[in-house]
Amino acid sequence: MSETRSSEVDQALDRLEPTGEHLEFSSHTPWWVQVVKWGLILLVVAVLGWMAQQVIEAGHWLMVSLIGFIALCIIAVYATKRAIPAKYLFPGVLLMLLLQIWPLLYTVQISFTNFGDGHISSKEEAVNSIVANSVREVEGSSRYGLNIAVPEGSNVATGDLAYLLTDAEGTYYVGTLEGLEELPADGVEAGPTGRIISAPGWTTLTPQEVNERSDDLADFGVPVFNDAGEQTAGIRQVGLSEAFIGTPTRVYDEEADTITDTVTGTVYVAEDANFVPEDGEGAALPQGWREFVGLQNYTDAFTNATLREGLTKVFVWNVFFAAFTVVATFLLGMAIALLMNDERLKGKGIYRSILILPYALPIYVTALVWASMFNQDFGLINNLLGLDINWLGSAWWARVAVLITNLWLGFPYWFIVCTGALQAIPSDVKEAAAIDGAGAFMTVRRVIMPLLLVAVGPLMIASFAFNFNNFGLIWLLTEGGPFVGGQSSIGSTDLLITLAYRLALGGAAPNFGFASAISVIIFFLVAVISYFGFTRTAALEDVN
Amino acid sequence: MTSPQDPTSSTLGSVDAHGSDRGRGGQLGTASADVYTVTRKSRQTSFRAVWWRHALALLALAFALFPIVFIVSSAFNNAGTLSTSGLLPTRFGLRNFDALFNDPARPYWTWYKNSLIICGVATLATLVLGAAAAYAFSRLRWTGRRFGLLFILLVQMFPALLAFVAIYITFATVGEVIPQIGLNTLWGLLLVYLGGAMGANIWLFKGYFDTIPRELDEAAKIDGASHARVFFTIILPLVRPILATVGILAFVGLWGEFLLASIFLTQADDQTLAVGLYATRNANQNEYFGQFVAGALLASLPVVLVYLSLQRLLIGGMTAGSVK
Repeated sequence: MSETRSSEVDQALDRLEPTGEHLEFSSHTPWWVQVVKWGLILLVVAVLGWMAQQVIEAGHWLMVSLIGFIALCIIAVYATKRAIPAKYLFPGVLLMLLLQIWPLLYTVQISFTNFGDGHISSKEEAVNSIVANSVREVEGSSRYGLNIAVPEGSNVATGDLAYLLTDAEGTYYVGTLEGLEELPADGVEAGPTGRIISAPGWTTLTPQEVNERSDDLADFGVPVFNDAGEQTAGIRQVGLSEAFIGTPTRVYDEEADTITDTVTGTVYVAEDANFVPEDGEGAALPQGWREFVGLQNYTDAFTNATLREGLTKVFVWNVFFAAFTVVATFLLGMAIALLMNDERLKGKGIYRSILILPYALPIYVTALVWASMFNQDFGLINNLLGLDINWLGSAWWARVAVLITNLWLGFPYWFIVCTGALQAIPSDVKEAAAIDGAGAFMTVRRVIMPLLLVAVGPLMIASFAFNFNNFGLIWLLTEGGPFVGGQSSIGSTDLLITLAYRLALGGAAPNFGFASAISVIIFFLVAVISYFGFTRTAALEDVN
Repeated sequence: MTSPQDPTSSTLGSVDAHGSDRGRGGQLGTASADVYTVTRKSRQTSFRAVWWRHALALLALAFALFPIVFIVSSAFNNAGTLSTSGLLPTRFGLRNFDALFNDPARPYWTWYKNSLIICGVATLATLVLGAAAAYAFSRLRWTGRRFGLLFILLVQMFPALLAFVAIYITFATVGEVIPQIGLNTLWGLLLVYLGGAMGANIWLFKGYFDTIPRELDEAAKIDGASHARVFFTIILPLVRPILATVGILAFVGLWGEFLLASIFLTQADDQTLAVGLYATRNANQNEYFGQFVAGALLASLPVVLVYLSLQRLLIGGMTAGSVK
């Protein structure tokens, strides 16, 4: 490979030989390059303009200014002849800032909030919803035709709910937590009763999907405001296809920040992102809001006895899993590399090609197949060995299964790395050891291993950091389980990252705030590991 | 190596010694007389010395191979359930593939196409962005260069998947305004993958760029070439080996990515192979096993072929610090 390259370098040098070919470069930039360049700039700016238009319609002014700023940067960087390094770095840096650094910072921010189930919306929306939700139908008033929808493109299981309404005169409306808005009749498809079947920009929910979101819908109501901006009424659903407008029985007092129930006379005060009864008796109102909670997620993790115990268990297993994996895969890989490190051995190429296969297969193939092989009743492992072990159903066997699978997945990597490193160890070192009377085992233990470890040390740290967050393996193999002791939050093979994943996205009651706090703890641990990695690498560079 | 007087024996010697020890074979060839017996004996002794290595190597092969044999034989097992699968197929046939290709609820080829598009585009972007950034770091001089490089290296320690909560919420919000790049879209997932495109393997890139003699671009500059000209016509052709290495590593890595894909792609038509096959198996671990494993086998083919045909390139990249 290096030979071909140096010959290519020679060729390139030949091209530059001062034989009157200077003109090749001093000629002007070809016209088509200019066309392509300006075409690309215009295309990108046009796409950004289209995005800006969408965002303006939705009224997200922060996003509008961000898009405008990006467009200006593109023009400043590419349409001028200045800032040459920026021309090469801009796209990569922009993507890195938006999609790698922003999520990291945002994770930290979320970890200081109570963002999660029951605390998704802003306080204003929560108040609107509480008031709208408390409406009682005035007898004799007309009803709306109703369909339930989410904004087009958002997930039907999690997207913001909306009522698509048709009043007695046949006018269409969209009702959200922000209020009632008229819906242009263009493109709206309505049934025989006038009920909206589909509307542009909205995805209607099937009865089954409505059913799945019945909890969300129970807390949902559309506020109706008068011209002064005060909420005077609310719209609520009756069954699947009708809604009524009524007057609220709960009234929000903005100055006192309280909600008063006009029927029971209970006064609710805002406390810990929920409205709770002032006298402390009775349940809080279900609609909470998102707010800054400081270090609460972290203090919970370290002081709440159940959480702390669970997290400690996960952490210990996480460290053990990563450390054992690195040591075991390294030892097995090195042993096979030593085994094959004999020039008299034939067929090494074939051996190597086959041994690389476990590493080459995608993780979702291997982990899922291993999960099937560990099946208690039909799995290959129990069948072949004549065992009846409940591998993935008992805590300790599941851990063993995880370690076996990862040993299988990881040893080819170390086999290849060690094969390369062994070839770099000069043979006179081994000869010297033999002359000094060292046996084969002694030579490996005292001479080859230390030399190997120096060479592969940084890779071991990288491998540790990777396995520390080996989400794919654990999730595909065990999903963090099994869950023992009648709880379903902390599994026996959970890593911190799989735990965070389940907290945030796995269940019916997501807790983004706490999941983010765990992510931030992972950041911190990764930083510590990386620090050791860096100093280790630096130390090695000093040696060389 | 051979003596002209005795072509026969020398040929014999070199043929027999082939693969074991060429130098000694040559010497034996000149010794002429009983070359044949001697080399045969040396071959026997060498086999006697290494047979135990073969034995242990075969053991390692068995360990590496048995799950793969299981995959292949289950895929071609007509019964198609986990309970009937074993190391040898009980009833050989293609029924699993038939079921896989004709399942309306699980559009396998759409998944395959999605995976190819996502991995292909993201790999291409990795190469373009990475090579451009490496050029800026290796060839251009600007303030903050060293800091910038260290900063990118530092950021790479925290891959996007660790911040999945923030990514999920961000894209849920963006998707309400611009549905084309929100959750449930391939474009959204692609964007997330592109976030790390420049930084991933930047050290591999820069290291290689630094080995290209600077005289080349300086000479071209003296001849009036612009920076873009130097980059596209001189540097890029010379760094093709590292482009190939990084391209393959990026492709293989993305082909197996599961976490972010599973967050983004919840609807069957948008999914990649990773998410789709996971759902297939989980639909019923016993019944759909044949279908799953047939799909898994086909999904593995591209990466296995890449690994087997380009081992050399990959091994270079693997030892230079990339971990799967």
